[in-house]
Amino acid sequence: MTGTSPLDLLKVDHLLDDEETAIQETVRRFVDDHVRPHIAGWYEDGLSPETVREVARAAGKLGLLGMHLTGYGCAGTNAVSYGLACLELEAGDSGLRSLVSVQGSLAMYAIWRFGSEEQKQRWLPGMAAGELIGCFGLTEPDFGSNPAGMRTRARRDGSDWVLDGTKMWITNGTVADVAVVWAQTDDGIRGFAVPTDTPGFSAPTIGRKLSLRASVTSELVLDGVRLPADAVLPDVTGLRGPLSCLNEARFGIVFGALGAARDCLQATLEYASDREVFDRPLSSFQLTQAKLADMALELQKGFLLAMHLGRLKDSHRLEHRQVSLGKLNNVREALGIARECRTILGASGITLEYPVLRHANNLESVLTYEGTSEIHQLVIGQALTGSPAFS
Amino acid sequence: MKIVALVKHVPDAAADRTFNEADHTTDRTNVDGILSELDEYAVEAALKIAESGDAEVVALTMGPDAALDAVKRALQMGADSGAHVADDALHGSDAVATSAVLAAAIQKIGDVDLILTGMASTDGGMSVVPAMLAERLGLAHVGFVGELNVEAGSVRARRDADVTETVEAALPAIVSVTDQINEPRYPSFKGIMAAKKKPVETWSLADLGVDAGTVGLAAAWTTVETVTKRPERTQGEIVTDEGDGGAKLVEFLAGQKFV
Repeated sequence: MTGTSPLDLLKVDHLLDDEETAIQETVRRFVDDHVRPHIAGWYEDGLSPETVREVARAAGKLGLLGMHLTGYGCAGTNAVSYGLACLELEAGDSGLRSLVSVQGSLAMYAIWRFGSEEQKQRWLPGMAAGELIGCFGLTEPDFGSNPAGMRTRARRDGSDWVLDGTKMWITNGTVADVAVVWAQTDDGIRGFAVPTDTPGFSAPTIGRKLSLRASVTSELVLDGVRLPADAVLPDVTGLRGPLSCLNEARFGIVFGALGAARDCLQATLEYASDREVFDRPLSSFQLTQAKLADMALELQKGFLLAMHLGRLKDSHRLEHRQVSLGKLNNVREALGIARECRTILGASGITLEYPVLRHANNLESVLTYEGTSEIHQLVIGQALTGSPAFS
Repeated sequence: MKIVALVKHVPDAAADRTFNEADHTTDRTNVDGILSELDEYAVEAALKIAESGDAEVVALTMGPDAALDAVKRALQMGADSGAHVADDALHGSDAVATSAVLAAAIQKIGDVDLILTGMASTDGGMSVVPAMLAERLGLAHVGFVGELNVEAGSVRARRDADVTETVEAALPAIVSVTDQINEPRYPSFKGIMAAKKKPVETWSLADLGVDAGTVGLAAAWTTVETVTKRPERTQGEIVTDEGDGGAKLVEFLAGQKFV
């Protein structure tokens, strides 16, 4: 969304400082060089574990993984820079952004925020470098929006912990070296850093997906997984732990979804200028222009919203319900833009030659993960009325 | 060891090129500028040498205020410090003047063992500044280098010109590199954040002891008289093969005097 883009009608790049711009441009170049040439193939064939590792190492070299955390090999950027990186990654593909979100904002953040010094030393430097991959196990087959009801249980056996249960829809699960798993204990919900080579742990891949195909999605099966006492994340008990991690990832999505939308709109603008119908460029028709104008407007509004939330986050004033506003609006609008773009591309829009249906299908997942649109509506509803409608 | 990487700030090649209507110099104000891509290879080569031994990398540019961006980019990639020669009198300088100013700046930096630069700028594309600099500084010059090794007191370089040759030159020396020499790194986020704290010197012509009358548009050995935009690409001619496709192609090529 730099000044050279016809999409930057509001010159929103003026809201960024030099460092933020440099980080955004670097990620854009990384995506152009390392993602765009391969993404259609990755999407069609699914992303292999080897490719996930390769991409993670390249991302680690750049400093993308846990970029907004400090110490332990993390870059320590501000929140706006993290958001912009998510935007550029998701302009490549939501699956790629998911990989980075889960690694940095969920798995690494949980260890960085709630882990012991030993846990941080053991996992974070390798995860920042992309040598080690993390996943985050909260959702279960029967518990998505209501994680408090989770059935996964950790019981004490002497000083050890023994974990049993199943987690579902876990990004990076099959390739992960460490799984941050949340489980019920006698004292409430606790988090555990589970090395994935622990006996009893398995992570079968979920196949036959129509969305986020360039991302590994898994089930986590914990069958009597025995962990030493020091595997528990010491500094948090209760749902506050996982929910604060999700809030971090959601923040990235507020920016990220706009990347997918921008990519759709850019491809559509080019297509509409080249494509002739009734002997005129498609872009010269009033109906097309009305669609383009509305989409550009929503894209720009969404970016202003994201930037506002980013500045609030950097000044430590961001509230979780504000993140809900951002995620609700920006993912919903991004999905709307992707679908509308498809109508302009006609039949071409359904192919992998163009990014729009790939983005639209990806955004179907983004719409519901990290808090569904409906839950975010209810969070906002509660903020407005004082009446919680979901618990 | 001290390495100077010469970095030029050029108009983004992806954007439309325009020229200043008054004096026919390149319009640098209305277009995004970037570090000349060919100079990125020189920066990368310098950083590789610095990483494998004990070397300091200084990024040097000459140009208007915006040219500082080229130095910043080099600092983000990992150069240790920067120097920027900026002076209104430099506007319109040709390669001869550029080489004189850069030579003075290199002397001011002092104790330089190796000067690295891209094989050409992506805007002017003359490839003469490295040789001119070598002449002014009395240094060996190895141009169009595709592989470079620094040994004690010398460099060994593979030159990719009409023939491929391996050349050894005593340090200090000036080496221009091709896009075959390496794969320039992206600035890492840590590099981007660290760059802000790195020292950058800004020098005027007076600081370098260069007479302003010897540089700039008025002192240039050549002037651009007129500028004509390349005509718009016209639609190609499609030859339909009806058994005589070959003959028609030859007819077309002969008509255009290609054969």
